[in-house]
Amino acid sequence: MNFDFSDDQKQLRDQARKFLAEKCSPKAVRVVLDGKTPYDKELWKGLAEMGFLGVAIPEEFGGAGAGHLELCVIAEEMGRANAPVPFSSTVYLAAEALLIAGSDAQKKKWLPAIAAGEAIGTLALFEGKGNPAPKNVKLTAANGVLSGVKKPVADGAIADFAVVAARTGSSGRDSDISLFLVDLKAGGVDVKNLTNLDPTRGQAEITFKDAKAEPLGAAGEGWSILTQVLDRAAVLCAFEQVGGADRALEMGRDYALDRIAFGRPIGSFQAVKHMLADMYVSATLARSNSYYGAWALSTKAAELPEAAAAARISATQAFQHCAKNNIQVHGGMGFTWEFDCHMYYRRANAMALGLGSLSYWEDQLIERMRKKNAA
Amino acid sequence: MNFDDTPQEAEFRATARAWISANAPKQYEEELRKSSLGRTVLKNADILEVAKAWQKKKADAGWACLHWPKEYGGRGASPIERVIWQQEEGPYGQLSRMFIIGHGMCGPTMMAFAREEHKRRYLPPLASGENVWCQLFSEPAGGSDVAGLRTRAEKDGDDWVINGQKIWTSGAHYSDYGILLTRTDPTVPKHKGLTMFFLDMKSPGVEVRPIKQASGASDFNEVYFTNVRIPDHQRLGEVGDGWNVSLTTLMNERSAIGAAVSTGFPELFEYCSSLMLDDGPAIEDRAVRSKLANWAVKASGLKYTSMRAISALSRGERPGPENSIGKLVAGSMIQDVATYALDLQGAAGIVSGEDAELAGRFQAMLLRAPGTRVEGGTDEIMRNIIAERVLGLPGDIRVDKDVPFNKIPTKGRG
Repeated sequence: MNFDFSDDQKQLRDQARKFLAEKCSPKAVRVVLDGKTPYDKELWKGLAEMGFLGVAIPEEFGGAGAGHLELCVIAEEMGRANAPVPFSSTVYLAAEALLIAGSDAQKKKWLPAIAAGEAIGTLALFEGKGNPAPKNVKLTAANGVLSGVKKPVADGAIADFAVVAARTGSSGRDSDISLFLVDLKAGGVDVKNLTNLDPTRGQAEITFKDAKAEPLGAAGEGWSILTQVLDRAAVLCAFEQVGGADRALEMGRDYALDRIAFGRPIGSFQAVKHMLADMYVSATLARSNSYYGAWALSTKAAELPEAAAAARISATQAFQHCAKNNIQVHGGMGFTWEFDCHMYYRRANAMALGLGSLSYWEDQLIERMRKKNAA
Repeated sequence: MNFDDTPQEAEFRATARAWISANAPKQYEEELRKSSLGRTVLKNADILEVAKAWQKKKADAGWACLHWPKEYGGRGASPIERVIWQQEEGPYGQLSRMFIIGHGMCGPTMMAFAREEHKRRYLPPLASGENVWCQLFSEPAGGSDVAGLRTRAEKDGDDWVINGQKIWTSGAHYSDYGILLTRTDPTVPKHKGLTMFFLDMKSPGVEVRPIKQASGASDFNEVYFTNVRIPDHQRLGEVGDGWNVSLTTLMNERSAIGAAVSTGFPELFEYCSSLMLDDGPAIEDRAVRSKLANWAVKASGLKYTSMRAISALSRGERPGPENSIGKLVAGSMIQDVATYALDLQGAAGIVSGEDAELAGRFQAMLLRAPGTRVEGGTDEIMRNIIAERVLGLPGDIRVDKDVPFNKIPTKGRG
């Protein structure tokens, strides 16, 4: 058994960590946080040059053709650095949707551009409140054009194209939903930037008014493709969350070692030690669940739906837990804009919702376990 | 990343599986499979006898104490082979529980500190289950603070004379031998005046009294020592070095990788899968699902954490500290799981025993659960260990560390 990343993959992680430590310092993240630019364009370019954007994209489509385990490794580092770039929407959602369902022409058009850092993509699924469900998709597609409003759309304001979930039927079944590719720079698309919990990653409202769209995958297969995309993204996001959780834990640990109160490092008080120990427990459980998700993703195992949901829940909980208690360990300073704690708190809570909420994934996990047991 | 055995591991697994399949006491398989925390009993047999017979059979065929050297009754197997064996032994592993202390702690301590002739004499019958060993560390005055123990050992000729009391000794009532931590010098700071011995539990002056636990069962004992004589050649380590010797023992306890920790989750999931609530199947209820999902990811997180440690073993490396979270997570989880299973039963959950739902499985679990959060290191001690050894936080400030033991206050108020 070797339930671990390979030496090459670990080397890639070190390389990514070093790169991000240089190019994505908290100071660089703050440029985006403070609204001076919608995302870190230099970093995005650098990620493309390093080959990180196309790490899981096959070579024939301009990627490095490494694989999903390598992408998991990069994802963890992106989370640890709190990178202010449209990585998850472009790479986990748009690129994966293309890989699963794109025609050769669609892949040729978008995947090399993604790998080169020349195209930003996203998934337009949500329409206001509610979790992923066919009944929540109201935007309609007819005669090659889309009409409706998507909100929130991650990185919608900076995206070049979107994978859009649209209603093409009214039978009440999953087959009512189809996916489309839309060039967001073309006509019929109106984009409004939204303020959100985590300003280091934008959210937008996109209004489609007879916007030209081409089908992605077969008509009526949209929901099935989407489910696969969300499962893959759940695993990849879990690695970002694990990276963020680890960083938040480290920040808390370091502060507890350095901060003196009552004549001793606050890390010598059991109330603080035990809080940090519990953070370590959450982060460790999340990492292990995510490794299982990575294994299922990389081997295309039948266990992926269950593994993805478990990784999603565990990593969401761990990141939220570590980010909030990191602030608590820091005391009042943790609640200042000046300290970096809130950047992880914001990211943790935004990520907890982006692919559907915790309660949605809890429900999914048990449904999937029940089905497996019944089979 | 894969879950595959190496060719050697696969061969070992096949051999182990074949032997177990041909030799295991299959008549008890079903009962052992259904056992859960607070409930490991065989209806028509004495589990002690069944366990001893199985252990002897394993020993005769070379399957006992796999990681021990052959000359002491083991197999000289690698750590990963030990894990594979545990996986293959499955429900029959429940029968090893009475030997865990002896095989996991007493044996390794003997191996590290006993004289060669003692090792050859005592270890093989310990491996084969013919002798059961216990560990006599905890005392009324020293639980988490083991080094605060008061049982005295005083030199008298070639013997040591022991007086005092131990508590929470697992299996003392059926043990043949024990390792015993004593205080030999109360005038030096507490960690420095300790000495370790092993002794025959049938020595004159040893009295074992079972403790009736809060659960009603009796798995542990108080052990009283009145002028018990132990020859000096049964000393383990130097006089005054007992603390370091005991750390070897405890380290072995914590390095038991792959030993499945009981979370109660499989039992709860199975229960919810068939349970009907007022408005439909429990498994379809959103609130039930939310609870289940939260425990599911803890159980799977522990499972895959253990897999990561096993992978390190398989590569011939020392596992990282991740495995230290197992008992901490599982202990409070199984308590919560049992509480919730009863919540689902409504007022009927009050009834325990044979008349209760599932013959009282979750009631028994609930009543036994508090013990798991205390035994082998309380939740608080486990958190200290993680905070200090994994995260590198400072140790607690120990006000009694440099004080002679006999000057340390013994009472809180008044």
